Amino acid sequence: MTLTNRSKVVSNKKFSFWEMIYLPAIFKGMAITISHLFRKKTTVCYPEVNRPFSEVYRGLHVLKLDDQGRERCTACGLCAVACPAEAITMVAAERKPGEEKLFREEKYAKVYEINMLRCIFCGYCEDACPKEAIFLTNRTVPSDYERDGFIYGKDKLVETLDKRVDVSKRQTASVLEFKKDKHHKHNQ
Amino acid sequence: MLQVTIDNHTIEVPEGTTILQAARMIGGSIVPPAMCYFSKLKGTGGKCRTCLVRVAKSSEKDARPMPKLVASCSTPVQHGMVVENTTSQEVLDTRKSIVEFLLINHPLDCPVCDQAGECDLQNLSYEHGLENTRYEEGRREFPQVDIGENIKLHMNRCILCYRCVYAVNQLTNGRVHGVLYRGDASEISTFIQNSIDNEFSGNVIDVCPVGALTDRTFRFRSRVWFTKPMDAHRDCKTCSGKAVVWMTGNDISRVTARKDQFNEVEEFICNECRFDHKNTTDWVIEGPRKIDKTSVISANHYEKIKQAAIINPVKKIIEKQAEK
Repeated sequence: MTLTNRSKVVSNKKFSFWEMIYLPAIFKGMAITISHLFRKKTTVCYPEVNRPFSEVYRGLHVLKLDDQGRERCTACGLCAVACPAEAITMVAAERKPGEEKLFREEKYAKVYEINMLRCIFCGYCEDACPKEAIFLTNRTVPSDYERDGFIYGKDKLVETLDKRVDVSKRQTASVLEFKKDKHHKHNQ
Repeated sequence: MLQVTIDNHTIEVPEGTTILQAARMIGGSIVPPAMCYFSKLKGTGGKCRTCLVRVAKSSEKDARPMPKLVASCSTPVQHGMVVENTTSQEVLDTRKSIVEFLLINHPLDCPVCDQAGECDLQNLSYEHGLENTRYEEGRREFPQVDIGENIKLHMNRCILCYRCVYAVNQLTNGRVHGVLYRGDASEISTFIQNSIDNEFSGNVIDVCPVGALTDRTFRFRSRVWFTKPMDAHRDCKTCSGKAVVWMTGNDISRVTARKDQFNEVEEFICNECRFDHKNTTDWVIEGPRKIDKTSVISANHYEKIKQAAIINPVKKIIEKQAEK
């Protein structure tokens, strides 16, 4: 009984002389193996060589400063509520007089932590942010020996003034068009 | 008893009932939104105009429609009246414009505001508002004022609903704050920076539909949707002691009065309960507060469902299949 029409009848036919000495088959196999040596390599020598990442790759987050170097994040909690992995936690604080150069709004994030082991890099936080404060970047999260090292606080997330992270390529034409509209307070 | 039809739902109501109250008796999506009307406070209503409805038939005797849209919170029902709320495009369009008017001077600082997540204006503009603003002029700006130790006044956010003024007038002895100036310049204020320190003055926080009056003891402590509301009570000499405590972990971050489905306070609570008792030992916790499923406050909070509620319908389906 045949279940499919793909079955083959096995024959026990005797090998010929050339088949008995195996050499032609070995040469044929070696030819295939050696031909692979001259093909283009599909791997790179990481970390000496890095693959080019897409500009819109969703990797390590950055908390942006505005053009005057003030923190944009106002600890509104929308990223945390949008996060499907519940990786983001924050504690808000009130800006004191004299701190206007550090924080944009009267409320700021005193603690802002992302658990990189929980994060699935979906980019919902970036979508939810009303202040354009958090962006994912085309950097990756480096490996670590300890779990504690993966809880990224503000020290690792906030960009520094001398090392700004460029996120302009992530913003689509429609977003940039929207940002030109000065009627919206957060565009000013 | 008077018979009234609102959006094709007919109901009999006692004389003197307003259209809004009749609609609330029917309930559901036909209830007009209200920003200034507050059923527990006398004299409120008629200011914000969000509850405007169309009266298609004035009464049994006079079948003509009313010439203009009327404020449902202050228009009494007449026998045989036919009212259109969500079924009238005119009403919906007008409501959209009214939200736009309310938002002319309202700053869009929801990310900073403590009221976000339980704000009537936020809900209203989410449902009826425009996505963009067409207004180009500057908004009204006022400095922030601390009214007493516990209340913060952000006059920028105020929509001048007068609820707080009525609340203080009616709940406490002696009037200490009101609305100063006229028209565009009007603002809520106390007389020469007086503090409101009556025993029930904290209720202005709960009656405020926006974030103009907020709790200073909860200021920027947490967003409301990260706290867990629990029904709780305590023995209190001045008020009923029935309140909602909003927990962060095992700590109480704030205390508010219990609010019904129309976001109105069920029983006013005193300042002592609201501001001074933030220890779990002060309260007898009854259980989690029911929060509307569509509210952001219920996001990421999961409830246990009784097993029977899942298994029984499945059983029924299986039995039906077996019969076939």
